Amino acid sequence: MANIKRSPWLLHYDGSSCNGCDIEVLACLTPVYDAERFGVMNTGDPMQADILLITGGINTQNQEVVKQLYDQMPRPKVVCAVGVCACTGGVFKDCYNILGGADTVIPVDIYVPGCAARPQAIIDGIVQAVELFQKRSEEHDALVKNKGKEAS
Amino acid sequence: MAEVIAPENILEEIELSDLLHVVMTKKKEGLRLSQACAAYVDGKYELSYSFADDKTYQLTTLRVVIDVDAKVPSITEIVPQAIFYENEMKELFGVNIEMIALDYNNKLYRIEEEAPFGPKKEENNG
Amino acid sequence: MGKRSIIPYGPQHPVLPEPIHIDLVIEDERIIEAIPSVGFIHRGLESLVDKRDFNQLVYVVERTCGICSFQHGMGYCEAVESVFGVEIPDRAKFLRTIWSEMSRIHSHLLWLGLLADGFGYENLFYQCWRIRERVLDLIELTTGGRVIFSVNKIGGVLKDIPEDQLRHILSELDAIEADLNVIKKTFIEDYTVQSRLRGIGILTREQAHDLGCAGPVARASGIKADMRKRGYDAYPHLDFEPIVSNAGDSYARCYCRLMEVFQSIDLIRQAIGKIPGESDLSVAIKGNPDGEAFFRCEQPRGEAVYYVKGSGKTFLDRFRVRTPTFANLPGLCEMLAGAELSDVGLLVITIDPCISCTER
Repeated sequence: MANIKRSPWLLHYDGSSCNGCDIEVLACLTPVYDAERFGVMNTGDPMQADILLITGGINTQNQEVVKQLYDQMPRPKVVCAVGVCACTGGVFKDCYNILGGADTVIPVDIYVPGCAARPQAIIDGIVQAVELFQKRSEEHDALVKNKGKEAS
Repeated sequence: MAEVIAPENILEEIELSDLLHVVMTKKKEGLRLSQACAAYVDGKYELSYSFADDKTYQLTTLRVVIDVDAKVPSITEIVPQAIFYENEMKELFGVNIEMIALDYNNKLYRIEEEAPFGPKKEENNG
Repeated sequence: MGKRSIIPYGPQHPVLPEPIHIDLVIEDERIIEAIPSVGFIHRGLESLVDKRDFNQLVYVVERTCGICSFQHGMGYCEAVESVFGVEIPDRAKFLRTIWSEMSRIHSHLLWLGLLADGFGYENLFYQCWRIRERVLDLIELTTGGRVIFSVNKIGGVLKDIPEDQLRHILSELDAIEADLNVIKKTFIEDYTVQSRLRGIGILTREQAHDLGCAGPVARASGIKADMRKRGYDAYPHLDFEPIVSNAGDSYARCYCRLMEVFQSIDLIRQAIGKIPGESDLSVAIKGNPDGEAFFRCEQPRGEAVYYVKGSGKTFLDRFRVRTPTFANLPGLCEMLAGAELSDVGLLVITIDPCISCTER
């Protein structure tokens, strides 16, 4: 983990989860598990966020909200689906109002299983998201550099 | 040893025309509307209005069995907090409730499917 | 007088992890009317009665809400048990009580933390959540799960708590109580906390009764109603009095919940002292549920009503849960009307909203 250069900010959104994963995500950010030691920080503002942690499945009401949140986040961005509901729809898959997992509306990079997902699993997901974010940032930087060269 | 009060729940079956009158009596007795719900069983709606007494812990449930197309008067004039229960019945079951104080017009949960618990679904499945 | 305008509040906002949307009609900085709209987490959980049989439904009902998960499962099981007319073994009743009270402690500590965050005490928030982890460790030790621990089944419970674990719980409770006494001083006595909470969002006894509020919100307004007094599970054997405050403001709601944590610790101690010796943990259930039943239990957030109706098939006709936040929403609207715009976040927290419960 010595090569971390950036400090991505987390945005947490509760899709239609049962709260179990949400409080585990919050518990991850408190002193006992302390995910912030990996250089991330929790924020409530999508415009400043780099990693989206989404819990719960997508229903007809929140699909627009999730899409909008994703669009508001600046590039590059990473999406991490926490809990089995966000991965596939989980126990509520057969409900009339559930469309499926988070990947029905936005591209998901990392899937964290579990019902409710354990803090250890969520931290693992966050670490992977941080690494992926680092990689994407470098690609993004290289792209911007090349474009600058072409222009000059 | 703690004092224990455990009365049986009561179920009162009433006619639709008596609904407002009985609800008014319950309210005057100082009871609190604990819950209201609908059920769709065998082509009829069963509406349940449960009133709780916080002193004796008795739960009295009023049961109204109505046809699918019957018009139900809203009890929100008497018990204002019933708006959420009645909107829920209207949206999820398609119960025809009239004159709700704050009518969300089937937009409480904003679901796409119309009355998923109501009779329509039954026909689709059968 | 100022101009009227409408401010949409939510669904995604930093105060709460859960989405709720409220339209606030304001005049200058004062709120005239608040109209909540729910539905962001509506899943249609009750419709699963058509697809899951009554035994499988336990696992679905437990996922109504991740915070009071245990009590949701328990409420459903007890409703079905009363349809069958069976009495579960005494040890199972005591185990359910112990787990219920543990859930209550962890839920209230979670809420106290969120409240502390709401009035800007970040350190206090972390302290509450640190203590909460100790309770979660106890739950994990006894059941294997942290927040959703499916130990209920229709007719009893699935797991036993052995003698040594019960002793460990007792010693851990002493440590938790010592930790709590430190933060209690801040919540009760601190000047800033009082200035932030006292007199904010007053709900009088009459209003709370007329609007049908439940749980700590009603008790903070002076209504002495606690469903545990109704005498289900092991509560008839335990000695306790509902915690009531008469002020009806945010401070009273904070006080009631804080004191209920101590009460729950006391109840677990009493239950462990009186738990009967090892025996069967469940009774066999034969056939399918035929009939209907209402069951009410006291969740961390208040009274929850479960309704089960079956007609002799493996699939129930109807299952309904009325959750405490659903009952407290009209109370919240009443509190918000007349409040300052800057208090909205705090007031929404003080009813301890659980939106996933509300919308199911």
